[in-house]
Amino acid sequence: MTDTIVAPPAVPSQPTSEIMPLGRAINAGLRRAMHDDPRVLLMGEDIATLGGVFRVTEGLKNEFGAHRVIDTPLAESGIVGSAIGLAMRGFRPVCEIQFDGFIFPGFDQITSQLAKMTNRHEGAVSMPVVIRVPYGGHIGAVEHHQESPEAYFAHTAGLRSVSPSTPHDAYWMIQEAIKSNDPVMFFEPKSRYWPKGPVDLSSPGVPLHASRVVRTGTEVTLLGHGAMVSVLLQAAEIAAEEGISIEVVDLRSISPVDYGPILESVRKTGRLVIAQEASGNASVGSEIAATVSQQAFYSLEAPVLRVSSFDVPFPPAKLEATFLPDADRVLEAVDRALAY
Amino acid sequence: MSSDATGPEVPPIQLLDSAGVLQENDRTAEFLPAIEALSDETLGRFYRDMVMTRRFDDEAGNLQRQGQLALWVPSHGQEGAQVGSAHATRNQDHIFPSYREHAVGMVRGIDPVDVIRLLRGTTHGGWIPAEKQNFHLYTLVIGSQTLHATGYALGIVLDGDYASGDPATDQAVVTYFGDGATSQGDVNEAMVFAASFQTPELFFLQNNQWAISVPVQVQSRTPLVRRGEGFGIPSTQIDGNDVLASYAVTLRDLDAARSGGGPRFIEALTYRIGAHTTSDDPTKYRTDAETQSWIARDPITRYEAFLRSRGEGDGFFADVEAEARALAEDVRTRTLALERPSSDLMFDHVYSEAHPRIDEQKDWLKNYEASYGDSL
Repeated sequence: MTDTIVAPPAVPSQPTSEIMPLGRAINAGLRRAMHDDPRVLLMGEDIATLGGVFRVTEGLKNEFGAHRVIDTPLAESGIVGSAIGLAMRGFRPVCEIQFDGFIFPGFDQITSQLAKMTNRHEGAVSMPVVIRVPYGGHIGAVEHHQESPEAYFAHTAGLRSVSPSTPHDAYWMIQEAIKSNDPVMFFEPKSRYWPKGPVDLSSPGVPLHASRVVRTGTEVTLLGHGAMVSVLLQAAEIAAEEGISIEVVDLRSISPVDYGPILESVRKTGRLVIAQEASGNASVGSEIAATVSQQAFYSLEAPVLRVSSFDVPFPPAKLEATFLPDADRVLEAVDRALAY
Repeated sequence: MSSDATGPEVPPIQLLDSAGVLQENDRTAEFLPAIEALSDETLGRFYRDMVMTRRFDDEAGNLQRQGQLALWVPSHGQEGAQVGSAHATRNQDHIFPSYREHAVGMVRGIDPVDVIRLLRGTTHGGWIPAEKQNFHLYTLVIGSQTLHATGYALGIVLDGDYASGDPATDQAVVTYFGDGATSQGDVNEAMVFAASFQTPELFFLQNNQWAISVPVQVQSRTPLVRRGEGFGIPSTQIDGNDVLASYAVTLRDLDAARSGGGPRFIEALTYRIGAHTTSDDPTKYRTDAETQSWIARDPITRYEAFLRSRGEGDGFFADVEAEARALAEDVRTRTLALERPSSDLMFDHVYSEAHPRIDEQKDWLKNYEASYGDSL
């Protein structure tokens, strides 16, 4: 039994491939999108002169000008609400929300306005707005700076939600999100901004809303998105040393979910463990667990298990390692799944 | 405005007093040329539009009482503020209303039955703004539309479609909102953004004194016109029941905005003679004496007096009355013909591009409905 890691479709030796960190890959994707379409503009707090608190937009103001990389007043509802007006005029605004926990002042504009605008206009108006949200824990930050709010937006009709886990996906998915004529919530796993990986600059490999097997295995399927994917790969590596063969699926698209590769994997392994940084109650993992239980019922050897953060507020940073699922918590669930 | 703390320091701009007498003084002098430039036909149109809106409003209220609409949102009393300001807009302007601006919409060319459709429950939208002189859809979350307006106006700045010196092509934006909305974060954020980016935009506040049951004094201890000033936006308070003041001040402010002067703010003092909506009961929170005092300042009555003083005859008023009666009958007939839309309406425009979950559910419902045959 040999496990093979399915790399992204990047071939580092080719001249079209570059090694870069995920944050830099988003920067490169934004640059390319802005080159390709003069109606793309960036707006947010501290994104122009400073380049964003994570420097994801660094250098873009100098390259494209202050009229395309806009430092806004400090108001999230204002950012999203004015992006709606800009989209009505034919712009393709990309909004940066500085931190996950700061998105809620913009919640009405995202869920009641942006998400419903095309529907209210019965298709006569499109809303090509991207909302970039650095999200998730593992960075030891203060309150409201480590959260995973994606379920609120996955629950809202009219929005699309995605989260890349690798520099390659980050580079391509931000461009595809910008090309979408629907609003896209773009969740950036901020703890993965700095690790480097290959980016194939010639082709995305799979569409924006595809899930993808990133490691093949036979006994248990692990599913996650964003920063959790690296935890799952780590867990699979440890399991392999113990002789357990694990398949890892990167969700990539939170809404809509691409169930094809997930169901195919589960029908093969018979076991699914879903891991997420978000709290488990009414979460993205809950919905996927219910759907897979229904669609792959006769293939399942064990109930679909979920490994989530606890249903408590994100704790002070000294407790985050205990709050967030790690490889050991994932493997504990793998053991439970295998025990059925 | 009974409290000292909320009383205006200077009287609002008024071109017609409540008896319909044109006010010629130092404060009105800058506005009178704009009125003198209006043709008799346009002056008559102002009257017609106010009367048509009121008749439509009355008929829609009746339809609600007869169970034909889920709700109605009366505009009675606010026709002067709306018709005057709407006529001061130019074709290329964009208008972002709240949900009581029936007169503005009708001036811009919406079919009043499109508003009915919204309240009868056959659509959440009603019209395509690009086909209705850029009169955007009603927004029911209080104040949210002011940010859409500001974003649109920011787009005008980025595109450079203003300040060329040609008012016939330079663009501007008007957003309408009420006294209650001024307490919302979005309205304040919209004014912050507008001031920072110097957008070509007019914030048109209809202060109708009541946010459902809560008086304006609970929203603000200062005259609301000062809110605009606080953001660095030149602001003017007008008699909102004076269609000519609404027209002339809006014209001045919109042209200032479109020519690069930055945003403007108008507080139109008016009154919601009717209920907030047909679900409301104003007798529970305000006095009849107060309502009567505002009826005495009615925008249509004073304007009729003004037109008659200029020599307009009975024939004109009879023609408008006949046209209004015909409108009411037409609205009634077409309202009763509005039927349940196809179930597809729920699914077809949730996204601009294909979406597997929506497509799947649409198909499921189609099969489910088909399984009932004709009995559904």
